[in-house]
Amino acid sequence: MGEAEGKKDEADYKRLQTFPLVRHSDMPEEMRVETMELCVTACEKFSNNNESAAKMIKETMDKKFGSSWHVVIGEGFGFEIIHEVKNLLYLYFGGTLAVCMWKCS
Amino acid sequence: MSGVGRGGMVEQSVITGRGSRKRVSAETTTISQQEDEDSGTDVGEGADDWAQSKATIRPPDQLDLTDAELKEEITRILTANNPHAPHNIVRFSFKEGTYKLIGFVNQLAVHYSHIGNLIPKDSDEGRRQHYQDELVTGSQESARLVFSDTENLEEEEEIKEGDAEAESQIDIPAAEASEKVIEEELMTPKQPKESKLTNQFNFSERASQTINNPLRDRECQMEPPPRANFSATANQWEIYDAYMEELEKQEKTKEKEKTKTPVAKKMGTMAMRKMTSLESQSDDITKVMQAAKIVERMVNQNTYDDVAQDFKYYEDAADEYRDQEGTLLPLWKFQTDKAKRLAVTALSWNPKYKDLFAVGHGSYDFMKQSRGMLLLYSMKNPSFPEYAFSSDSGIMCLDMHMDHPYLVVVGHYDGNVAVYNLKKPHSQPIFRSSAKSGKHTDPVWQVKWQKDDMDNNLNFFSVSSDGRIVSWTLVKSELVHTDVIKLKVEGSTLEGPEGLQLFTVGCGTAFDFHREIDYMFLVGTEEGKIYKCSKSYSSQFLDTYDAHNMAVDAVSWNPYHSKVFISCSSDWTVKIWDHTVKTPMFIYDLNSAVGDVAWAPYSSTVFAAVSTNGKTHVFDLSINKYEAICNQPVVAKKKNKITHVQFNPVHPIIIVGDDRGHVTCLKLSPNLRKMPKEKKGQEVQKGPAVEIAKLDKLLNLVREVKPKT
Repeated sequence: MGEAEGKKDEADYKRLQTFPLVRHSDMPEEMRVETMELCVTACEKFSNNNESAAKMIKETMDKKFGSSWHVVIGEGFGFEIIHEVKNLLYLYFGGTLAVCMWKCS
Repeated sequence: MSGVGRGGMVEQSVITGRGSRKRVSAETTTISQQEDEDSGTDVGEGADDWAQSKATIRPPDQLDLTDAELKEEITRILTANNPHAPHNIVRFSFKEGTYKLIGFVNQLAVHYSHIGNLIPKDSDEGRRQHYQDELVTGSQESARLVFSDTENLEEEEEIKEGDAEAESQIDIPAAEASEKVIEEELMTPKQPKESKLTNQFNFSERASQTINNPLRDRECQMEPPPRANFSATANQWEIYDAYMEELEKQEKTKEKEKTKTPVAKKMGTMAMRKMTSLESQSDDITKVMQAAKIVERMVNQNTYDDVAQDFKYYEDAADEYRDQEGTLLPLWKFQTDKAKRLAVTALSWNPKYKDLFAVGHGSYDFMKQSRGMLLLYSMKNPSFPEYAFSSDSGIMCLDMHMDHPYLVVVGHYDGNVAVYNLKKPHSQPIFRSSAKSGKHTDPVWQVKWQKDDMDNNLNFFSVSSDGRIVSWTLVKSELVHTDVIKLKVEGSTLEGPEGLQLFTVGCGTAFDFHREIDYMFLVGTEEGKIYKCSKSYSSQFLDTYDAHNMAVDAVSWNPYHSKVFISCSSDWTVKIWDHTVKTPMFIYDLNSAVGDVAWAPYSSTVFAAVSTNGKTHVFDLSINKYEAICNQPVVAKKKNKITHVQFNPVHPIIIVGDDRGHVTCLKLSPNLRKMPKEKKGQEVQKGPAVEIAKLDKLLNLVREVKPKT
């Protein structure tokens, strides 16, 4: 009984957990907040197309914060990147998606 | 056809009767002779020579022809056609896209051409030039006339010549030229001089180039923005785990917000006291602190290496020879400068960490009351306390909670009680009673934690000289007090005005709760009485014992036997009781005021008592009912009075505190902790039952004896 309830809660939480969970970030605070909101908007808008979401994020970031941003959205990947310091954000979203974005020209 | 032009092309069309070149050339020479009168005499003679000499010189390449052939007349027609011109020229016509035969072929053959610079005199340029020449010549006034004369002469001559020569010429231009010359002659005397007109449209350009500044290359390379590596893996399970963690954190924060009491802290992990102070600080300091702590302990261990070895391994071999006597081996001595003048007023071992004990410092002297300190030492570090709390008023007693070893309750001389949380090593207690919240009006002599009440709130009891036994409950952030019992002195009830019952309040100095029977507890008073009370009855005592002649300093239930308790007093005596019997079972006189007495945790028949003459007495009833098996001065100076003693629950050591603020740790020699001898063949029972049985046996002996006497 308890287990089933627990599972249900988990599923609920996951679904409700459309709040982005920042895993790693070394951006300044305001930049991070702005970027997180952008990510959420993009992922919700293109919920079934990671590429378009990534494209939207990347283009907006290029305009706002300077050229050569890279954005990866997916559900299962590993990565090793070089990024400019204070320009990296790695967050989970929606219980299944992971978004990694970094600047490197 | 023949046509001869002067100076022009020579067209020859000579009809020759004979194919002889000589004749042709001869004829040409005769023609030329006609034209050039001056020259050609030589040529004419040559021709005559040729004509005269009939003997022809045969050129070597002349054809040999027969006479018949020679007489043959060959008609040759000379046409104006250029023999070299091709007869059929075919040109590609782009219009029609084919090669077309050009009908008319240019037959003109140019033998000689020369580009001349003759300008017709009556053209603009000719006239201009002539005019300019006239100007130049006419500019000189002195020689003008001469010139004009000469010019006239010359011109006349020229005119003559021109006329004479050019008969065949067109006369008109010559006439015109002569007319013009005349005109110009006439003109020139009239206009003496005309300034040379400069060309208005022929302006000259002037340009200059300043020196250009030399160009220089400048390069600058900024440092690229610093880069860093980063790698991670994004899997479904990682994401899931992260979200779960986040949930837990959120839940924790929610709970923390709800309840701020230590109850909430129960939910959290039971932090080890060693880690608590470190976790709250930043990582760097934490690491250093941890390391420093370890190093400090190592240093201490090295310094007191022999002591540590003794503690662990030393068993007094001499005990074999000492029949029924034991010794106390001094181990470490704990003291701090801060607490130097303060007496040790309370000792307690931590229930969880067997090497940690708490020392309360204060003062027993009524006149000299100063601050108090609560120090917690670890046996691993005898030079410095692990925790230190200071307070304004002397600490008289303390107790550590069984389940929450980080909670320490202390009672102060000024009647306050306070609870300290060792997890937060600030000097301030987390709970503090005050005059408003019902503090005691006299020093609090004993405090003891109780089991959590029905609301899961922590609570403890305190006894004080003001005669009240108060139960304090930690509710949220406050201490709520409940008076449990007022210690009324029996027989002192007086009838006051308006029917009030006045009574003298006794002063409680010690109490102890029964280990099994929760509601029952003993209270010792300053009058020397011990009351057996129940938590549920607030007005009456269950029983009263006339224990001592002076104040009861300590009471303690036997850890094994549920009926036996011990009490000590300043009247030099230690008494052991069965709570069902009004009189004590055993009485011991120690020749000095007894400060404290404590049962040993490993045996029901062993207890230790400390007296103000600096001696520690250890009794084992199973070995010797009437005397101590160990009687040893413990403190360095005889002036020091020992105030408290406590057994370590695990190790065979006791700690003894004196009124100078020192705490000495002593090891019990084997004789003092003897287990009942094993009888061969019989299974030795261990455990509380054995102890109880042991004590029962003794008691029975005593009881049997007593009725007899």
